[in-house]
Amino acid sequence: MLSINNITKAYPSRRGNSPTIALDNVSFEIKGKEFVSIVGKSGAGKTTLLKLILAEEKPSNGQILFDDLNIHELKSSQLPKLRQRIGTVFQDYKLFPSKTTYENVAYVMEAMGASEDEIQRDVSQILGIVGLTDRADNFPNELSGGEKQRAAIARALIHRPDIILADEPTGNLDPYHTFDIIRLLVKIYKLGTTVILATHDKEVINSLGKRVITLDQGKVVRDEERGRFVL
Amino acid sequence: MLRLFKRVIKTGWKGFRRNIGLSLATILIMVIVISLATLLFLLNPVSKILIADIEKKVDISVYFKEDISSEYILEVESEISKIPEVKDVEYTSKDQALEKFIEKHQDDPVLMESLTELGSNPFLASLNIMAWEPSQYEQVVNLLETSSFRNLIDKVDYYERKPVIEKVFSVVSGLNKIGIFFSIVFAVIAVLIAFNTIRIAIYNSGEEISIMRLIGASNWFVRGPFLIQGIIIGFIAALITLFITFGLCCGFDARIKTIAPDISIYSILVSNFFFLFLIQLATGIGLGIISSYIAVRKYLKI
Repeated sequence: MLSINNITKAYPSRRGNSPTIALDNVSFEIKGKEFVSIVGKSGAGKTTLLKLILAEEKPSNGQILFDDLNIHELKSSQLPKLRQRIGTVFQDYKLFPSKTTYENVAYVMEAMGASEDEIQRDVSQILGIVGLTDRADNFPNELSGGEKQRAAIARALIHRPDIILADEPTGNLDPYHTFDIIRLLVKIYKLGTTVILATHDKEVINSLGKRVITLDQGKVVRDEERGRFVL
Repeated sequence: MLRLFKRVIKTGWKGFRRNIGLSLATILIMVIVISLATLLFLLNPVSKILIADIEKKVDISVYFKEDISSEYILEVESEISKIPEVKDVEYTSKDQALEKFIEKHQDDPVLMESLTELGSNPFLASLNIMAWEPSQYEQVVNLLETSSFRNLIDKVDYYERKPVIEKVFSVVSGLNKIGIFFSIVFAVIAVLIAFNTIRIAIYNSGEEISIMRLIGASNWFVRGPFLIQGIIIGFIAALITLFITFGLCCGFDARIKTIAPDISIYSILVSNFFFLFLIQLATGIGLGIISSYIAVRKYLKI
């Protein structure tokens, strides 16, 4: 489903220093319906990798194939179709501050051209699943950290994407809410969606017992089927 | 497609309402810009009337020798009126000239007394010639001086009036140039202010625009609501400006008429109503759309 081939990402440096290498010749494959955790210290390259998969950035070298489609050769006008197949939970939520919870979640479906009836049915359902039915008309600044995170997950799920990219979705949450979110992601995975989870939360990884890819200084140092958090 | 279009309009309207403070500030700036466009539009016919008024006052007089009969002069008149540069020729006989003088100076005893002392009519018959444009008087005078009837002419007072005529000519062409220059400068400033206001308004939404792109919205779905907001702002600003223009024209019409009786800005406004409203709408909506388009474009490169 997703094939990362020899990806290198270097950020140009200032004042003549050598460029910063965020990812260094990274390769791995993700088959359909997998739960993959990407672990590593801060600055190991997790977020950069997710940005490259979402075509938010271009690699310096290598290619990423999504069902044989080289995503960095797509034109700007073709990107929406790719991104509609991916649901992203951002580290900093990235909710629309001027839209209510309901509107935030409904936006992707609106952009895809779904009918009002479909949108109403699906958004109500997903808000029920993430436990935000009562907060549908609130704006993001009226939500708690955990609620924002759940709203962000609801938005990533609403259009039934093929892949969910979750970048540190539990980074700002207490342990109780952390496992709440992880349970939700596992549920999504069991319903048949591929989940790529980037995190540095040791407990989360060890409790999952799923595939773990470990990054260190931009390189894949470990890729285990039933991995644990080892750094 | 229609569903997406309706959605874009709805979202645009919602965005306008939710950011009402910013929307009103942008409308205010737009009103100023459109007022300026309106002012330039209205000044054009007013300045034309003023210039035509000044030009009307410029003419040359050809005085004929004492003993030339009126038949001869009328013959000359018909000759002169055939010159293409000449707009109008008017004959003033000796008696008419005297009458005009008396009418004008009847309250001046010194002049009246000296006229009676003279005992005879000292005035000469003359032809008043008006050209189409001030610059054509030189040519007309040259034609007169080389014509067959040049022996009948006592004097042409063009040379005395030449400096005045030339001054009028240079003032008129100068006014036109200054007008064009200021129009362009004001228009550029106004457009820049309007563009910047909209750019700042959209700057607040910059991050939202990027998120929209990242979660799979097409460029047009992202851009559409901002263009709709630009259209709404431009439309409302044009309507407000139209009301202000009407109010001011009604209020100042009478006062302007006391200074320049030929000018009625109210009737200029009424006779150009649709064209003016079209210009106001085009300025408002055009600026709204173009500024929004350019401002949003920056955030779509993701």
